Amino acid sequence: MNSIPQAADYIRLLPEIVLAVFGMVVMVIDPLLDDRRSQRTLGTVALVGCLAAIGATLFQAQYPGMGFWNMIRVDSFSIFFHVLVTAVSAVVILTSFEYMEVQEIRAGEYYGLILFGAVGMSLMSSAVELVLIFIALEISSISTYILAGFRRRFAISSEASVKYFLLGSFATAFFLYGVALMFGATGSTSIEVIARVLRSESVPMLAYTGVALMFVGLGFKVAAAPFHVWTPDVYEGAPSPVVGFMSTAPKAAAFAVLLRIMFESYAPGRIWLIWVVAALSMTLGNIGALVQDNVKRLLAYSSIAHAGYLLVAFAALPNNGIPAAMFYLASYAAMNVGAFAVISHFGGAGECYITLEDYSGLGQRSPLLAATLTIFLLSLIGIPITGGFFAKFYVFSAALQANLVGLVIIGVMNSAIAAYYYLRLIVVMYMREPKREVPVTPIPAGLGTALAISLVATIYLGVLPGRVLDYAARTVAAWAR
Amino acid sequence: MNLSLDNSILTLVTFVPLAGAILLIFFPRRDRDIRLFALVVSLLDFVLSLHLPVHFQRALTGFQYEVNQAWISNPNIHYHMGVDGVSMWLVVLTTFLTPLCVLISWNSIHDRVKEFFILLLILETALIGVFTALDLFLFYFFWESTLIPMALLIGVYGHGRRIYAAVKFFLYTMIASMFMMAAILWLYAKTGSFDFVTIQAATRSGQIANFASAGPWLFLGFFIAFAVKVPIFPFHTWLPDAHVEAPTAGSVLLAGVLLKMGTYGMFRFNLGLFPEQARSNAWWIMILALIGIIYGALVAMVQPNMKKVIAYSSISHLGFVVLGLFSFTRLGLEGASFIMLAHGVSTGGLFMLAGIIYERRHTYEISEFGGLATPMPLYATFFSFIMLSSVGLPLLNGFIGEFLVLSGAFRDRPIYGILGATGVIWSACYLLWMYQRVFFGKVTHEVNNTLPDLSGRERAALWPAAVMALVMGVAPLLWLNAIAPAVQTALAPFAEMASKVVAP
Repeated sequence: MNSIPQAADYIRLLPEIVLAVFGMVVMVIDPLLDDRRSQRTLGTVALVGCLAAIGATLFQAQYPGMGFWNMIRVDSFSIFFHVLVTAVSAVVILTSFEYMEVQEIRAGEYYGLILFGAVGMSLMSSAVELVLIFIALEISSISTYILAGFRRRFAISSEASVKYFLLGSFATAFFLYGVALMFGATGSTSIEVIARVLRSESVPMLAYTGVALMFVGLGFKVAAAPFHVWTPDVYEGAPSPVVGFMSTAPKAAAFAVLLRIMFESYAPGRIWLIWVVAALSMTLGNIGALVQDNVKRLLAYSSIAHAGYLLVAFAALPNNGIPAAMFYLASYAAMNVGAFAVISHFGGAGECYITLEDYSGLGQRSPLLAATLTIFLLSLIGIPITGGFFAKFYVFSAALQANLVGLVIIGVMNSAIAAYYYLRLIVVMYMREPKREVPVTPIPAGLGTALAISLVATIYLGVLPGRVLDYAARTVAAWAR
Repeated sequence: MNLSLDNSILTLVTFVPLAGAILLIFFPRRDRDIRLFALVVSLLDFVLSLHLPVHFQRALTGFQYEVNQAWISNPNIHYHMGVDGVSMWLVVLTTFLTPLCVLISWNSIHDRVKEFFILLLILETALIGVFTALDLFLFYFFWESTLIPMALLIGVYGHGRRIYAAVKFFLYTMIASMFMMAAILWLYAKTGSFDFVTIQAATRSGQIANFASAGPWLFLGFFIAFAVKVPIFPFHTWLPDAHVEAPTAGSVLLAGVLLKMGTYGMFRFNLGLFPEQARSNAWWIMILALIGIIYGALVAMVQPNMKKVIAYSSISHLGFVVLGLFSFTRLGLEGASFIMLAHGVSTGGLFMLAGIIYERRHTYEISEFGGLATPMPLYATFFSFIMLSSVGLPLLNGFIGEFLVLSGAFRDRPIYGILGATGVIWSACYLLWMYQRVFFGKVTHEVNNTLPDLSGRERAALWPAAVMALVMGVAPLLWLNAIAPAVQTALAPFAEMASKVVAP
């Protein structure tokens, strides 16, 4: 083992380095800029940072392998999540251009924090060592805690931030405890070594506990029931673009970690643990969403339910489960970021238009915005030729192949319930007359681009899902060694 | 030239309306141009679809005009389209009714005209797709895609309780089709294919593991989705709501084509993929169909609302189709296929007539009318003609199908035929009674004296339906000779089963 990092090591960390550098640039030039004009410039810098990070990821893809004393690994799995996380960050930054101006939030660190968050999430997907995973998890979490509180003039936002922070640190402590127990059980924190031990010997009781505790920590991050209680409050209080970010990128990263722990390290007791949590998340999420009048809360409950659908893939066999979960994350990211982009535009100053009633008549007042949101909602329901359909399809067929018929039945019934509340929003948009005057401003360029990207991604995944799925399936081959 | 058109004709017919809808998005909001363009597109599609019956090889069994291209590799989805005699005529029925819908909506839709015709054209594409798709996934996709434009047509352009009706319609169909999706997924998991022909071969040869135990459930999965769509009693409650609230064009397509998706699905999938299960479940399905025929007719009789009368008459007529399908006789199936077409024309026509009077008076209540024959003689003539075709007067189209179905059912079990035949009597009762109350006698309401008779545009919409009702009644063979080979193919496994029962 070489004690000095080589150039190859740095290539394996290149996207994170790029993101961190751009994040620091944003922080440094913020005070140098004119207060009124700084937003646009900082946002553009951050956007360039994201694009550069995607470029770095693609460059990195040519040099797969381990780096930094076998703590990180670049493979198709990490590339997939790097691209996902950075693309989501870019779309969120595009959405934020307008949002920050309308809400009159002046803060350079906003864009910096998104980039730092992306650093942590990227690292979560490439780290193959539990302590490093923990550090990455913390980097990403701390950024999102702060981001949740950015609507400083609103008590509800501070409440969101504090609530998220307190419960979140509690959950990460669980994760860390799990890591410690895992170390006790297998003598290592490296996923590869853990996998070797767990596969060869009889599994010690301690390992079961370790897996369960780590799952608690990650279950909180992905908002799976019964660790979901924070979700509606935090989503309601946090700024809408941030919610779009929180509900997709950190979630994807946490699921990436979960995939590694559950599949790559051959976690024991996986199926029953997941079975219960998945069934619970789907059911509680969907039932909770049925009675919501606030669109952000509605989507918060819907995100709990989607975490449940996703977890179904984790109970399946690795061959089908891993690609299904990865595909689900990609299409969920596309549709959810898009939906929140519409919400953040429509909310207006102070986000005062976020109840279902405010959306009435949106179909006439802004046909384009309404049509776009409708497509995202249809995708969330899982109507064919949208990404959401194939996402559910792959997950449920993976579960069927693992003979999890009961879980699939619960899932399908939940999809039927879910159709109701998404449809409610569509119905309100098209069929009800507005009760109060809600202003509709034209769609600015940044938001338009963000919507176009999410829309194209949602439809692309629905019409030609093959390429993304095949790419995701390469992971299986790599892990099956 | 001809050869290449044969390969691409189904794709063209299916997607021309969609292309028209996409072009419409970029149209300026000049309502006249938009209507005209929609009419041109739908007429063009009708002309294109006439290629199908003209070049159809009536002697051949199996699917024609097939296209089969790989679309998505995992899951194994193909762009597989093709028609046999039954589905071909349903495609033509759809393209025939759509221009009439455009004509009938000319003035009655004045708000958001552009969106209306966009939705109408999208709906046409989805409907045609349902009848042409031979890949189960593709079928399911088109099946679900009919929901959204139809629900929006009802919910945005409908009358008073439109939102309730639209949501009810959507949820009923959507939840029922989830069962079908589950069955399709099961079949895919076992056969690795969504292709109708492949799956059919696999179920027939008995290669599928556990098929014996899963078969009844799969049959039910498909059946529930179709039964809600038809609708079969007791899944029919969405239909009167949807019809009463829908705009005229929505009702025409709903009764004319959407309901046939259900019966077509039963013909293609329940009979095509699960002949044994169909046979063992036939008894209760036929009883439900008979209940539908009689119950629909009785309820129609007491409705105070014209559109509700026609809506419940649809339940009754579609009961005949189901009765014919599950009699497993040649006559029954041919009759069922023929009723699907005839009912599309005659009930479509009746809904257009109801829409015409609604445009003038803004009500469907029968008690609001009376003596209409005096101010509107032409309207009364068209109404009586199309109503008589719906009643099943010999020489008009309704008669042929009902006669065939009843003789098929009679052959299967006499009591079915006898009970079914009462449905014909009931339908004469409720329709003639409605006609009497609306048109005969003295004008009871002063306003009705001043009602204008049919305009040129309305006549243009009604003439084709009336002419078609007559032609189908006089020369049914033009239709039946294409339907016969498809029916023969569908019945082959039943004949085999019957011979097995007799042999030992």
